[in-house]
Amino acid sequence: MTTGLIEVSNSEKFTPLQIIAPDGKVKNSNMMPKLDDDQLRELMRRMVFTRVWDQRAISLNRQGRLGFYAPVAGQEATMIGSQFALQKEDWILPSYRDIPQMVWHGLPLYQAFLYSRGHQHGFTIPEGVNVLMPQIIIGAQIVQTTGVAMGLKLRGKKNVALTFIGDGGTSQGDFYEGINFAGAYNVPAIFVIQNNRYAISVPIEKQTKAQTLAQKGVAAGITSIQVDGMDVLAVYKAVYDATERARNGEGPTLIEALTYRYGPHTMAGDDPTRYRTGEEASEWEQKDPLIRFRKFLESKGLWTKEDEDRVIEETKNAVAEAIKQADEYPKMKVTDLIDSVFETTPPHLEEQKQEFLAKEGN
Amino acid sequence: MAQMTMIQAITDAMRVELQRDPNVLVFGEDVGKNGGVFRATDGLQKEFGEHRVFDTPLAESGIGGLAVGLSLQGFRPVAEIQFFGFVFEVFDEIAAQAARMRYRSGGRYHCPIVFRSPFGGGVKTPELHADSLEGLMLQTPGLKVIIPSNPYDAKGLLIAAIRDNDPVIFLEHMKLYRSFRGEVPEGEYTVPIGKANVVQEGSDVTIITYGAMVHTSLKAAAEAEKARGAKVEVIDLRTVWPIDIETILQSIQKTKRAIVVQEAPRNSGVAAEVMAQIMEKGVLYLEAPVLRVTAPETPYAFAQIEDEWLPDPARVLKAINQVLDF
Repeated sequence: MTTGLIEVSNSEKFTPLQIIAPDGKVKNSNMMPKLDDDQLRELMRRMVFTRVWDQRAISLNRQGRLGFYAPVAGQEATMIGSQFALQKEDWILPSYRDIPQMVWHGLPLYQAFLYSRGHQHGFTIPEGVNVLMPQIIIGAQIVQTTGVAMGLKLRGKKNVALTFIGDGGTSQGDFYEGINFAGAYNVPAIFVIQNNRYAISVPIEKQTKAQTLAQKGVAAGITSIQVDGMDVLAVYKAVYDATERARNGEGPTLIEALTYRYGPHTMAGDDPTRYRTGEEASEWEQKDPLIRFRKFLESKGLWTKEDEDRVIEETKNAVAEAIKQADEYPKMKVTDLIDSVFETTPPHLEEQKQEFLAKEGN
Repeated sequence: MAQMTMIQAITDAMRVELQRDPNVLVFGEDVGKNGGVFRATDGLQKEFGEHRVFDTPLAESGIGGLAVGLSLQGFRPVAEIQFFGFVFEVFDEIAAQAARMRYRSGGRYHCPIVFRSPFGGGVKTPELHADSLEGLMLQTPGLKVIIPSNPYDAKGLLIAAIRDNDPVIFLEHMKLYRSFRGEVPEGEYTVPIGKANVVQEGSDVTIITYGAMVHTSLKAAAEAEKARGAKVEVIDLRTVWPIDIETILQSIQKTKRAIVVQEAPRNSGVAAEVMAQIMEKGVLYLEAPVLRVTAPETPYAFAQIEDEWLPDPARVLKAINQVLDF
């Protein structure tokens, strides 16, 4: 027997914010962000660049010229739209798939390739680029984002700390601890859930009984919203508004972006055909962020085939140049690794270093 | 010089550093208004305000993540883990995050965090409060682990830890918090991290120990002297990682016999590491096998049988006799 009371508490649903429909038509013009033509074209350029880079990276991985790589195709609108809404001084705490956001925030592309190959210089973030290394431990970035955001607040800065997590990551204890802390301290943090429907192979329906992931923020008292993650303008709008709230001292925001990854979880042997149907993939391809935004721009006379070809060419050259730079970069040494553990290498490690100094011929 | 208990010395260390460096922040569960469940942070929030000394929600990993994030903004967090038995909840932030930050960033970022935590047996705490889990930290590259045995060292080592640019685990034995007073200088001073202290000189056998077991070992040493005139040298490691092997080697070169005493269960911890290093570097000095006196390899036996479970002076004395009679 159900009491009406319990049904009411479960009935509230989030409706995803959408500005551009899959056919490229404006669906929600009153939500249209204030972006000029150049900015709109730049969003498209970055999405095309990222798509082509992703294709090149997959191919380089297959040739054994890259290490660990997690494909991003399908998620460009969420990734690009989020980063584009930030100021240069804002912080990004990425997860392992969020390499594009790091690069668009200032990490040189060749360093991203070095990171993939396990070279420390790959995650030696340049001064003035406010990003952390890609997080591997699911959820750790959430608790750390709250710390960075608190630091920004204590320093009196009008900046935000933004982090990404997947749908599976919202099952982690750290997810709850981090958003709860952020709410309790009212810090300028933004949590973007990239709900691509699968935690490697486990579908969202087996991940949680929650109807949306956005509602998980409600329990922490955090302003939460669901957006169409294949719509770059919707993502941009949601993140931009969250940054405004944060800069005004109104605290953290949780954004669930509904998106999809076309490829495998990573290039390390994952086969999505084991857990996804072809029909599902093609359904999502109908919602493709690039097609939709291209149509929108074309209708406004802001994008042509020539523009597209130019960006494709530009990307291929940039990737080739970055790979060349990564190839030419001096190989990492075990002695460098030993010296990176502590500020001053203690005697026991100095001793262990000697063996490798001899091997490295120094 | 003031006479202080160890906990007063610890509070004083935090006060000195909060005063000296505006980047020092103290936080944890109940550390604010309540001053900590043991009163280690008593009065600090009142003196330095809620932005410098503050309570956290009840979540250890959140505390660790907060510390990591704040350190990336140039702060120097002193984070309290209410009891060290709760460290499993924050182990990722300590071991996989803070301790790896220099490595993961190629030296670009670092985490100057002190994780303070009460631990240690003999005070009848509930389950999973007293456990000696320092051995877990030893196999985590990038951490320093400090366990003081007296008020003077506690203050000097804690100040050194707060000023250190690497993450430090600072473990405070609950039984030592208020069991005795010692001379503690006013204001700033440091005790160097990574340096052991010879607390009692002797010529016949060396005891290498730390924390509350320093006092247990001193009792056993006194009994050995009374019973058979044995002169026992007692070394307090103070920093249990990295271990000051030089001081140990100098001592066993003289005494030719060694015992390691720890409160933690037997295998793979501080005692095992001390013995391994003695084997590598000092085996030829020895005239008897190195013995260890430890708790048995079981979960911590809280409350009812903890006094029998913990190493006591009688067990240490037995080991002294064994190495002397070998």
